[in-house]
Amino acid sequence: MLRIANVRKRYPNGLLALAGLDLTVAPGEILAIVGGSGCGKSTLLRLVSGLDRPTAGSVDLDGTPIVGPRAEIGMVFQEPRLMPWLTIDDNVAFGIRHLPAGERRQRVAEALSRVGLASHAGHWPRELSGGQAQRAALARALVGRPQVLLLDEPFSALDALTRQDLQDHLLDLWAYDRPTMILVTHDIEEALVLADRIVVMQPDPGRIRVSVSPPLARPRDRLDPEFLDWKYKLLAELDHASRKPTGDETFPAAAI
Amino acid sequence: MAAGRLQGSARRLGWLAGLILPLALALGWEMAVALKWADGRLLPTPSRIYATLAGLAASGELLDHVLATLQRVGLGFVFGVAAGTVLGAVSGYWTAVRRLIDPTLQALRNIPSIAWVPMFILWFGIFETSKIILIAVGVFFPIYLALSGAILGVDRKLVEVGRIFGFSHREMITRILLPATLPAYVIALRSGLGLGWMFVVAAEFMGAEQGLGFLLVDGQQTGRPAVILASIVSFACLGKLTDWLLAAVSVRFLRWQDSFKPAE
Ligand SMILES: Nc1ncnc2c1ncn2[C@@H]1O[C@H](COP(=O)(O)OP(=O)(O)OP(=O)(O)O)[C@@H](O)[C@H]1O
Ligand SMILES: [Mg+2]
Repeated sequence: MLRIANVRKRYPNGLLALAGLDLTVAPGEILAIVGGSGCGKSTLLRLVSGLDRPTAGSVDLDGTPIVGPRAEIGMVFQEPRLMPWLTIDDNVAFGIRHLPAGERRQRVAEALSRVGLASHAGHWPRELSGGQAQRAALARALVGRPQVLLLDEPFSALDALTRQDLQDHLLDLWAYDRPTMILVTHDIEEALVLADRIVVMQPDPGRIRVSVSPPLARPRDRLDPEFLDWKYKLLAELDHASRKPTGDETFPAAAI
Repeated sequence: MAAGRLQGSARRLGWLAGLILPLALALGWEMAVALKWADGRLLPTPSRIYATLAGLAASGELLDHVLATLQRVGLGFVFGVAAGTVLGAVSGYWTAVRRLIDPTLQALRNIPSIAWVPMFILWFGIFETSKIILIAVGVFFPIYLALSGAILGVDRKLVEVGRIFGFSHREMITRILLPATLPAYVIALRSGLGLGWMFVVAAEFMGAEQGLGFLLVDGQQTGRPAVILASIVSFACLGKLTDWLLAAVSVRFLRWQDSFKPAE
């Protein structure tokens, strides 16, 4: 159980990025976070990952406070952040450096072929396209099979087809280990395909506007009328979230 | 097609361009003396220098001098690099260590290293130890300064990847910080090596029975400018050669760099 309790984050420059945020994520749950640019999504993931500490409030995993990065929490950053001096396979191996060499090689090869980069194993990061680099970063986070996986817009640089492929891959993976996943995305459809629950955030200061659990059967069909219905509702909600930065009584979150 | 082939050979032979200037100068001087425009007594002609070098080489003397000097530079370089790397990495990584040692080292850096010579001779004697330490001191500072500075400039975003994977301090330094600073480090190694060649002359001035620096002093004391120049030419060649070796080896480790490549 991941518990985020009354978390505030004020950056040293005085900016209040998160104002009192409460969120509980059950083991194995897939939670999607959507919201406009600058509403504090990456900030929230950084607090959960242990890279940053909240100004007030607490984050804890299974009862132990998160005070720093932990082996059981994996993260895909908003940028690929590959080590430019390592080839792609060595970059992916970063996440499982404790395993014996043989098993490591095998898992890396497996992870790379899952993201469609098997033929790029020996390449340098500078030789990859933006989407390929993003997929390599995804493989690096997945290969260690973390218990909690934090994904910050992991598919933003991909074409629609590759994106759907990788969404399916992520679901396969989830079915295998059932990690808890928090997925930040700008793509409502992606959130609806993947998530059990969707949290809409709003900016200035960052907080939760609404949280919904669409009761859609899996596997989810992007063209199903009910799916589309949810898509429009959420789009409207996002629209209000970014247009009414102080919250708005005429569009109560409970409308959903 | 022909243009392409021409371009290819231009790239292969590009390094020869560096020879044009010294060869032209040498040829000019040779001709000036041959035509009696100039007097070659105090500045011997290239052919005289070459003859002197050949003579020294034939008697085996040159090789002895070169080996003695190479050994001093080599040992001094290794010790200087080792100390500079360890202290540079540690002071770049731990603020507490930096606060403790950096001001002192910065102050020591401003002492002209030749000023240490009398002290080193008192402490370590006049033989090899004091020479090697002097060279090591010269090599140490560029390495230390470049590495500790470069570590502070490493991209936080890459360091965070290491933190996410639970890297220990040692892993952080060896797997992220040192590789990330490798380009700056290689430049520091090359300037350290250059300083090593400068300091070996000073070291050999302070009394040596062998070495290219000794040859310099000997040529001066016996009034043989050709010997002095032969030694200077050897220094130039060896310095260039070792720098080229270092650069050639480092290219292998820097293939990953995504840096500006000037047009041909
Ligand atoms: N290190 C920092 N120092 C100061 N302010 C910051 C810092 N990082 C982020 N912010 C501010 O905090 C707010 C939230 O930033 P954050 O990166 O969490 O947004 P986001 O929701 O991830 O946006 P995007 O969708 O564009 O990635 C922004 O207003 C940003 O300017
Ligand atoms: Mg972000």
